[in-house]
Amino acid sequence: MTPAAIHEGLFDVDGTGSITLIGGYSPTSGLAHFPRQPVCPFSGADDVVERRLARGGRLWLWTAVTAPPPGYDGPVPYGFGIVELDGEPALRVVGRLTVADPSAWTEGARVEVTAVEVPGPGDDGPRLTWAFAPSGVVS
Amino acid sequence: MSPVGIAGIGLHPFGRFDGSTATDLGVVAVRQALAEAGVRRGEIGAAFCGTAYGGVAAGHRVLGALAMTGMPIIDVEAGCASGGAALQLGAMQIATGQSDCVLVFGIEKMPRGVIRSSFFAPWQEAAGLTPAPAYFALRAQRLLREQGLDKSDLAQVVVKNRSHGALNPDAMFRTAVTAEEVLASRVVCEPLHLWMLCSPNEGAAAVVLRRARPGDVVVAGVSLRSHLPGNVLGEDSPLCGIDDSTVTPPTTLAADDAYAQAGLGPDEVDVVECQDTDAARELLAWPELGLCPPGGQRGLLADGDASLGGRRPINPSGGLLSKGEPLGASALGQVVEITRQLRGAAGDRQVPDARVGLSHVIGRGANACVTILRRD
Repeated sequence: MTPAAIHEGLFDVDGTGSITLIGGYSPTSGLAHFPRQPVCPFSGADDVVERRLARGGRLWLWTAVTAPPPGYDGPVPYGFGIVELDGEPALRVVGRLTVADPSAWTEGARVEVTAVEVPGPGDDGPRLTWAFAPSGVVS
Repeated sequence: MSPVGIAGIGLHPFGRFDGSTATDLGVVAVRQALAEAGVRRGEIGAAFCGTAYGGVAAGHRVLGALAMTGMPIIDVEAGCASGGAALQLGAMQIATGQSDCVLVFGIEKMPRGVIRSSFFAPWQEAAGLTPAPAYFALRAQRLLREQGLDKSDLAQVVVKNRSHGALNPDAMFRTAVTAEEVLASRVVCEPLHLWMLCSPNEGAAAVVLRRARPGDVVVAGVSLRSHLPGNVLGEDSPLCGIDDSTVTPPTTLAADDAYAQAGLGPDEVDVVECQDTDAARELLAWPELGLCPPGGQRGLLADGDASLGGRRPINPSGGLLSKGEPLGASALGQVVEITRQLRGAAGDRQVPDARVGLSHVIGRGANACVTILRRD
């Protein structure tokens, strides 16, 4: 059975395990954001509607986390970076990377959003969170 | 507005002090500052205590231990800028005539290891989305790419600051290091190596402010600002951002305000203490503070301009890379250093004939504080 999302409202999972990030969009500001907020975090506009974000994007910045940060019980090292998602004006989204080795990545590398399992907060068991994988290797 | 003078300074060295509480450390710093100021119990009109991890009424505990309660005591939390925020509030009390004499202090006893912050939701922590050094690393990668710098420049910042820290008896790390040693320390988060990151630790600092008297070092400008939205790498650690090329960083907002208050510009600053949570954070701050154009950092490092003996030393105390970072105390620790410099009392670290000094902190929540001190 597929584990539940680590937090409500972050993404949808389809029957094949593929995920789509659920952001927000303000027609007034013309800007999308993630995760969806009640108010546009860039302009303060309160006309936010739901926006399903593109699954693809390009890697902007990346590193590897080599020691578990407080409150994290999953494996290390893991990749960590920022992706500019397709289809929005420079929407930069923070996320885990499925490849930890920094030397495996290059600026502008094509990535796709995917789901990875992590231990949930407390003793919740495994939960799904979003991550970015090199394009073409998403299962 | 009355000019604000510094009547006394006090510092408990930064380091690890098992067996001492944050209150103990604060008592040492506050007593020093009061003794130097020659202020009697009862003459302090208000007290502001910067602390992020001190808990409820941390400032009251310090002043209670000294039988100095009765006046308003206000704890101030603004992340790494907590002490700067306390200074701003204290200076305003003097400037507006609310008080003739105000005590400002900062105390901290940081948990060991990577700083944990109640800033994040538990699910963000569990998802691995809150690794502070990784955010620093992404910011470093962006700085190196956009400003034409590389890892060797990061190493040179550590070399500079540790060489200064070797001269500072109040620092935690008092040995000089080479660039080769820095680059040989383990990678924490590429491109940041262990020695490029400051250590959270413990310490306290205190400043007594009063209506300025002739000869006082004066607070010529002090400004606390928070971030504008848009920068995904802002210290508020949002999960998304947009093109931020027109978003002014909080350091620049605070610096521009402080320069305007002081009626001077970056070229008139003789000595600087700036936030070096990691080596890249310091190099990012230089252009944000107007100390050089973007990309000009390498020249300042190579020419020794930013080192003791250079044109405008930056972090003569050794910075947080030498002292460690007790959040609530670090900003006032900088103010203590700049005050010593302007008084000509900085010993082996003295910047000759320093008349204007600037200190800068930035941290969690993306609060930045810039303070400009002047000796007339």
